[in-house]
Amino acid sequence: MNTISPSAPLATGRWRPSLQWLQGRLQVGRGLVASVPTLWLGLFFLIPFAVVLKISLAETAIAVPPYSALFDWDGAVANLSLNLGNYRFLFEDSLYLDAYLNSIKVAAISTLITLIVAYPMAFMIARSSPGRRVVLLSLVILPFWTSFLLRVYAWMGFLKKNGIINDLLLSLGIIDQPLTMLQTDFAVYLGIIYTYLPFMILPLYSTLEKLDDSLLEAAEDLGCRPLQRFWLVIVPLSLPGIVAGCLLVFIPAVGEFVIPALLGSSDTLMIGRVLWDEFFLNRDWPMASAVAILMLFFLVVPIMLLRNAQGRKEEAA
Amino acid sequence: MTFKKTLLGAVLGCTVSLGAIAEEQVLNIYNWSDYISPEAVSRFEKETGIRVNYDVYDSNEVLEAKLMSGRSGYDLVVPSAFFMERQIQAGIYAEVDRDQLSNYGNLDGQLLKTVARNDPDNVHGVPYTWGTTGIGYNVDLVRERVGDMPIDSWDLIFKPELAAKVADCGLAVLDSPAEVVALALNYLGLDPNSEDKADLDKAEALLASVQPHIKYFHSSQYISDLANGEICVALGYNGDVLQAQDRAASAGQGVEIGYSIPKEGSLAWFDLMAIPADAPHPEAAHKFINFVLQPEVAAGISNFVYYAVANTQAQPLLNDDVRSNPGVYPSEDVKATLFAQNAHTAKFDRLLTRAWVRVKTGR
Repeated sequence: MNTISPSAPLATGRWRPSLQWLQGRLQVGRGLVASVPTLWLGLFFLIPFAVVLKISLAETAIAVPPYSALFDWDGAVANLSLNLGNYRFLFEDSLYLDAYLNSIKVAAISTLITLIVAYPMAFMIARSSPGRRVVLLSLVILPFWTSFLLRVYAWMGFLKKNGIINDLLLSLGIIDQPLTMLQTDFAVYLGIIYTYLPFMILPLYSTLEKLDDSLLEAAEDLGCRPLQRFWLVIVPLSLPGIVAGCLLVFIPAVGEFVIPALLGSSDTLMIGRVLWDEFFLNRDWPMASAVAILMLFFLVVPIMLLRNAQGRKEEAA
Repeated sequence: MTFKKTLLGAVLGCTVSLGAIAEEQVLNIYNWSDYISPEAVSRFEKETGIRVNYDVYDSNEVLEAKLMSGRSGYDLVVPSAFFMERQIQAGIYAEVDRDQLSNYGNLDGQLLKTVARNDPDNVHGVPYTWGTTGIGYNVDLVRERVGDMPIDSWDLIFKPELAAKVADCGLAVLDSPAEVVALALNYLGLDPNSEDKADLDKAEALLASVQPHIKYFHSSQYISDLANGEICVALGYNGDVLQAQDRAASAGQGVEIGYSIPKEGSLAWFDLMAIPADAPHPEAAHKFINFVLQPEVAAGISNFVYYAVANTQAQPLLNDDVRSNPGVYPSEDVKATLFAQNAHTAKFDRLLTRAWVRVKTGR
């Protein structure tokens, strides 16, 4: 502890920080900086995760809270009862697998379309003058100032049968019967793409902004046509942005619940919906927790492996 | 999809309850959406000086989940009787102290007896309102499609040929497995409270046969959708449909909404005011219950929400269009066709939910 106390060097009268003292300071500072995200992760991820894991190993009960205790102490004997039945059941019933695969499908398609929409936007922003860039970027971020829920509700106003889009098309004479847009898969994709677009644009922008013009000029000098230049130079260089953006969109989209529930039809089967049903309709908190844990496992583990493999490849290169 | 308003309510509710000040007397009410007259709350606040935080939900499931997590912070909630049955077993309600309820005698004794099947001796709940589940429909749009036949049968929803005819103008069904399956069982001539797997399979087959014609399953969306012509048929609660009727009439777009209790019989349900065992302000909750039991307050609520109140003294104070409305206060003959629900076992609930998911997702 002495090393971090400034009183020792101060006591000499002339304040001259010793090398040892400085190093100590630096170490503490480094430790502090590293401990903040660790603490954050522990507080807001690991502890809730442990609680959910605990509930997933319990059994339902008519009580508050509605599941059995894992530990049981009768004064002399401590019992630990772990119920793995919930997990077994998840593999026996095809509903969970169907919902999981369908969620992945919806998330993958949305991610792809988001990427296609976001890329030119991010490119444009990165290539525009610094003054305009600020304006354009703030336009991208601006929707966050309103609640996400309200924005989805606004889409309902646009898409419904007597909504703004149908009214406009009808009055222009383009259609003579209102289109059914709400409660369709189309509306779900639209909602997800709309909501997650900024999460794709921002990482893409940050890699595209760093793009070195001289590389493009070099490609041109070496005979690349514009399209080739895009595929062979720009896309590979912006790959980190593409990966980051896709993960930022894909991961929350898989577990998305609010958008399909508000904009989708009842036959859009997604894992978030199944979770809701387990929790609210079956009142089966342990089963709902087991679904959540397995979802995390099947989603996060492959992504972590992918990231690791990528990291190793980058290191090797 | 039973959470739209709940989410909105939760968002609004959080901001309200954060502002609570310690010294002020407060009452935290958690009630169904569109289920009280605004005057009732403001009058209670004025008379008692107690500030009311009013949150809403639109499904029993959401209410139960909140209460079962414990420490919900609510002082007064309004569960349906058949949900309350199991919640009482879990011990989440305090007993109601009738000594604090000078107006308890205004309640309809017959109705108290009916509710006692779920809440033995009426120890935990005080009837708030009761209602039926039936068919709400847009008179013109439905007539255009099915002709002049009377809308007095569940055929309109449960017979695929008829459901197909109204599919294009929008058919909505409550997202409530227990209630809809009970109605399907009753339509098939089976016991609506049956927990037999074979019966459930039959009900599922019936619902699956009409599923392609259903636009959505939701428990509150249909109120505004019915009113503005977004849908034309709804399997819903009487008061909600009649509120839609009222909204449509005041919008003046010529949309006429009807409500029918089908002749095959339907569900009657009862919502009870109850006080959670861990309520922070049980005295204020009792005051509110007693306030609602006053005839003029009860009548005011019934006039506004179009649900029947179980308050015999309130009957003369009702508006004519409410008292004489068979959708709100059905005749004795119709009452005889109504049936109530029991709580299901956890095992049956699981089968029920699974069947419901299969029906909704069409697989």
